[in-house]
Amino acid sequence: MEPIKQFSGTVCPLDRSNVDTDQIIPKQFLKRIERTGFGQFLFYHWRLDEEGKENEAFVLNKKQYKDASILVAGNNFGCGSSREHAPWALLDYGFRVVIAPSFADIFYNNCLKNGILPISLSEEQVGELLHTAEGKQTELFVDLEQQKVTNNNGFSAEFQIDPYWKQMLLNGWDEISLTLTLDEQITKFEKSAMVKG
Amino acid sequence: MGKTMYEKIWDRHLVHEEKGQPGILYIDLHLVHEVTSPQAFEGLRVSGRKVRRPDLTFATMDHSIPTLNRSFPFKDEVAQKQVEALDKNCRDFEIELYDLNSRNQGIVHVIAPELGLTQPGQTIVCGDSHTSTHGAFGALAFGIGTSEVEHVLATQTLKQYKSKTLAINIEGELPQGTTAKDLILSMIGKFGHDFATGYVMEYRGDAIKKLSMEERMTVCNMSIEMGARAGLIEPDETTFHYIKGRQFAPKEEEWEAAIQDWKQLYSDADASFDEVVTFNAEEVTPKVTWGTNPGQVAGITEKVPSPEELPEDQQLAARKALDYIGLKPGTRIDETPVDVVFIGSCTNSRIEDLRKAAEIVNGYKVAENVRALVVPGSYQVKKQAEQEGLSDIFTEAGFEWREAGCSMCLGMNEDIVQPGERCASTSNRNFEGRQGRKARTHLVSPEMAAAAAIEGKFTDVRNWNVKKIEGIRQ
Repeated sequence: MEPIKQFSGTVCPLDRSNVDTDQIIPKQFLKRIERTGFGQFLFYHWRLDEEGKENEAFVLNKKQYKDASILVAGNNFGCGSSREHAPWALLDYGFRVVIAPSFADIFYNNCLKNGILPISLSEEQVGELLHTAEGKQTELFVDLEQQKVTNNNGFSAEFQIDPYWKQMLLNGWDEISLTLTLDEQITKFEKSAMVKG
Repeated sequence: MGKTMYEKIWDRHLVHEEKGQPGILYIDLHLVHEVTSPQAFEGLRVSGRKVRRPDLTFATMDHSIPTLNRSFPFKDEVAQKQVEALDKNCRDFEIELYDLNSRNQGIVHVIAPELGLTQPGQTIVCGDSHTSTHGAFGALAFGIGTSEVEHVLATQTLKQYKSKTLAINIEGELPQGTTAKDLILSMIGKFGHDFATGYVMEYRGDAIKKLSMEERMTVCNMSIEMGARAGLIEPDETTFHYIKGRQFAPKEEEWEAAIQDWKQLYSDADASFDEVVTFNAEEVTPKVTWGTNPGQVAGITEKVPSPEELPEDQQLAARKALDYIGLKPGTRIDETPVDVVFIGSCTNSRIEDLRKAAEIVNGYKVAENVRALVVPGSYQVKKQAEQEGLSDIFTEAGFEWREAGCSMCLGMNEDIVQPGERCASTSNRNFEGRQGRKARTHLVSPEMAAAAAIEGKFTDVRNWNVKKIEGIRQ
């Protein structure tokens, strides 16, 4: 995966809580057998109407957010289905950072495995970001090494991230290769009585 | 200090642990389906890796397959490609596949227990969030993403941090006329849609002990709808009785040893949970969801709430939900009409679910203008229901009787709810667009769904006039 160290981009404010993975990418687009090309289906039912025309009221379609790469949303973001197509769609669309007060577990993991940085900030901090970005184009600067989010208007927030995942993201490492270095231990475990074949 | 059941299973499977890193957990059973696996197999090919334990990996087709005519070519070419990809992947990587012609085909979370693959104390994963179902057997089971599917295929392990533990003590007894589905919906309603995020939860108490395996599966299935990583129920005689004699169950002398081992899988009396809550089963009533997440739920005799009555942080979500679902605050739930009824899904498509629904349906007709379908969870459930005469009860009443699959739970095949239609569904998610664009989903038990099909609106099953099923071939 693509490493992520410092990142700056335009904010897209999505003021909704419990955004589930069915919204992020509806089920009819889960039949592709590739990992790429899902961006066109991101938030499909919110972004496009029945005829496939852009819904102008939806935040992603507003011109000030067209090039957004940092998504800010309400709590419990990414709840529901385990579909990794959700982070694939976000990434393919151009989002590298998602900021919310809280995330659903599986989605959070899926982001980390695809080089998307999920950042939890407090309700107040997210509220401020949503408010600042309302109706206008605003930039955010994310520094993973320093675990900090800042903007030019004096916003500054620190965030927590697990040190292991921080290293994985900073270096863009592949988890399977790392685990396979422990092949001997896995084999030893398998030979113990625990595993029945 | 003692250990929780979760800690016992965790410790048994921990291959490796390093400070400041996730643990490496051995996986006993990996279930695979067509939707979340193709990219994982492709990943293996690209890096020249093999499947480490094809013997611990089982695949089936369930999510995107048709439930009417299943012969090739499918109407949906993309779905057919996905099914063909799974077929090729299983052949190339030597994985047992229960395809559309197999007697073992069905929804992945229905067939694994049915075949005796699911056993207490195991670690089980699948690229599907409802893998939590298998926790009903005292197995540690969770849904994973496709990158993790690839990780498990290549290493038979999963990297994971230990979760926090949550005990839900369920006191009292479920009232007459209420079901396991009503119990889990009530708990999600009470505690909230994201209450258990970051936790593995254990359902405890007499109300749980009294549940059948099917009912326990319904409860554990929806653990994820409370945000939990996994749900667990201590295995007991009910569990052992269910497993005994199934195709992959331990046989003869192995059986006794297995039972002795499984009996160790309980939380010690002095084990400590990170969080403990209690729930009174006596307060459960037949439930219907009114919103767009499973926590937005009301009793059948209640009214659709007004957003202003709700806590402030839920009001915006409630307004958006009511707008989508097309219901006004104050509307009586039992006066809300339905257009579609779906009985199926990994939550409620097992033989016991179909028996209970058939008991309500027997002797009645589906209301005019209601489209009702029953989609059995597996080929075996379907065959058994046909032998017992349940399928006749459904079809005589006007239900469609389908082949096994996920079907209208997520509408990946042709079984979708049309825009604006209202569906009483025994599935697990009422999210916007889940069953089709602008489809309005109301989650209910199989009994409540059956009654809604007959009445054309939600109805309190506690007042239902059950007509005795004559000559049932159980």
